[in-house]
Amino acid sequence: MSDQTAQPILSVHDLCKHFPIYSQGLLKRQTGNVKAVDHVSFDLTQGKTLGIVGESGCGKTTTGRAILRAINPTSGQVHFRHDGQMVDLAGLSNKQLKPLRRQMQMIFQDPFASLNPRMTVGALVREPLDIYHIGTMKQRTEKVKQILARVGIRPEYSTRYPHAFSGGQRQRIVIARALILQPALIIADEAVSALDVSVQAQVINLLAELKEELNLTMIFIAHDLSVVKHICDEVAVMYAGRIVEKAPTQQLFAAPHHPYTQTLLSAVPNPDPDVPMNLGVTGEVADVGNLPNGCAFHPRCEHCEAICKQTIPAQRHTDNQRLIACHLKPTLDEQSHREHENETANGIQVINQP
Amino acid sequence: MTRCDLNETMTQLPQDNATNQETSPVLSVRDLQVHFKTHEGLIRAVNGVSFDVPRGSIVGLVGESGCGKSVTAYSILRLIQKPGFIAGGKILFHPQEQSSFDICQLSEKSRQLFEMRGGLASMIFQEPMTALSPVHTVGNQITEAIMLHKDVTYQQARQMAIDMLSKVGIPGPQRRIDQYTFELSGGMRQRVMIAMALVCRPQLLIADEPTTALDVTIQAQIMRLIKDLQAEMGTSTILITHDLGVVGQMCDHVVVMYLGRVVESGPVRQIIHHPRHPYTQGLLASLPSLAMEHAQLPSIAGSVPNLTDIPRGCPFHPRCPHAKEGACDVGKPPELVTLLNGQCAACVRVNEIEHE
Repeated sequence: MSDQTAQPILSVHDLCKHFPIYSQGLLKRQTGNVKAVDHVSFDLTQGKTLGIVGESGCGKTTTGRAILRAINPTSGQVHFRHDGQMVDLAGLSNKQLKPLRRQMQMIFQDPFASLNPRMTVGALVREPLDIYHIGTMKQRTEKVKQILARVGIRPEYSTRYPHAFSGGQRQRIVIARALILQPALIIADEAVSALDVSVQAQVINLLAELKEELNLTMIFIAHDLSVVKHICDEVAVMYAGRIVEKAPTQQLFAAPHHPYTQTLLSAVPNPDPDVPMNLGVTGEVADVGNLPNGCAFHPRCEHCEAICKQTIPAQRHTDNQRLIACHLKPTLDEQSHREHENETANGIQVINQP
Repeated sequence: MTRCDLNETMTQLPQDNATNQETSPVLSVRDLQVHFKTHEGLIRAVNGVSFDVPRGSIVGLVGESGCGKSVTAYSILRLIQKPGFIAGGKILFHPQEQSSFDICQLSEKSRQLFEMRGGLASMIFQEPMTALSPVHTVGNQITEAIMLHKDVTYQQARQMAIDMLSKVGIPGPQRRIDQYTFELSGGMRQRVMIAMALVCRPQLLIADEPTTALDVTIQAQIMRLIKDLQAEMGTSTILITHDLGVVGQMCDHVVVMYLGRVVESGPVRQIIHHPRHPYTQGLLASLPSLAMEHAQLPSIAGSVPNLTDIPRGCPFHPRCPHAKEGACDVGKPPELVTLLNGQCAACVRVNEIEHE
């Protein structure tokens, strides 16, 4: 049994989602592909949270949706542990998928759009139980009360409609709704991005508590690195549909290896005016419909060399836990090592608070 | 404790005194009230806001959604639409080489207001895709602004537009000027917005969340662009944002708003390092930072109340960890009082809290 906890609950292998581009005119020939998700692989063990970060258009949301089969992946496998067996979600029919759906839930970004304004909060949270015919009506109502109380909504509010709640409270309701079926996997897509700072902190804390308490396995998709740092055990950085670096949170933030991760981290503005930030970031995010040859990041990379323009770098493990896709990794590593000795963890100190 | 000296500066209003103009603020907002008539009642979106914009500096207007920061900015250009209206207060504009005037007193159709918008004062909006016209070329939109405010020919205006586009870092401006906005990326569109706002060399620039819709690497580029151009042209700027990181990196002065009121204001270093108002303290503490280790994030309890139902006394008291019964929840909302180093805070317990 102890073996089983170490085994991944979710194993994504070579997941691709390509959207075809058609030519104008009558023939509508396919002229290319938008490679929204391109050969993404990762494992997730029970009780862990994986953060997927990147800028808009990097494919982080599409990855999340392809895992849940909210969209059908072009190729690749998504193995999900169900009743002790690994099932490939990508190969299942909709009917086969239905019993598995209750094991996977999604938390969406905008709580103003994801709650039906015509249903009461109680009905909204109860709906998943209704769909799967779980328990009697009385038991369901009882369960709704429990879970609402747990996420910090007074159970007597369950007769109210979503409009009576603020953004933070609505997101709590969305979380309650996702958790009521006790799913094995939660995908939170920008779950706190739409919230104000003071409320965002409350929701982050709630998610962190629930994660500990219920031993939740979660994929946390976000563009805000500091939020990800707070909640995730491991972080995957995506750029133009591919994972460019994946490492345990502490390691990634203490010493980002991939030049893109370094850029991303250094571009986060710091409230302290005396801590300079990297304002020298150049170039635009790569267009996934028209990727440059070789490494997609090379036009923006200050370390770019000839090989970067020719071949797409393969993902390599630098040690057991870190994965990186960069040709120049060893040389950059030496550099950063030198810098590291000069001034401990300089890379992260640039953006530290006092 | 003395009342904030904002009202005193108001009395020594520089009229046509050139020497005074050098040091006087370019904009002084005094006790601004902006209300909206809705069927839920009168909403006081801005409820007695006062602040100054010193010449050549960047002032950050910060707060959570619904605090009235955008409404304040929109009133400066008189862009408030029905059911909203300016119910009271003054917005004194002191442009260089021109006489000062109160923006609130201008009539809706006056020549002066027309010349001010886009000429003396201009605005950068949050969402370039909705703020720019999709059916006009970039060049059309920029030259329109120039032709309205400057006495130049179309050819000259077009040349000015090309120069401005290259200044905001758009590669190949000769080609880009004839493109439509949908042909540009989000960052490029925001650059076009900035070009449009600055092409008439306004003395006051209002930037409403200019980087919120952008990715973090593009945000860094746009922040630098605004800062560089602002320094080069000496444009006084009001930057509206909810991101304290942007504030820290961009602003000289900060005005923190909560429920339509200024709760704290002062130089940026004072506000970031020594916030005195419990709301500012809470806001700064609840920022997840890259430097912090895994821990419970300090957060402000509760949520922002509805504007139709503003709490009595200090509007922040139901969420305030320092609130004291009988002191904070009664009477009128506290007024801004001047503290050390140009910092002002609106809290009756500001000194007691310091020693707690």
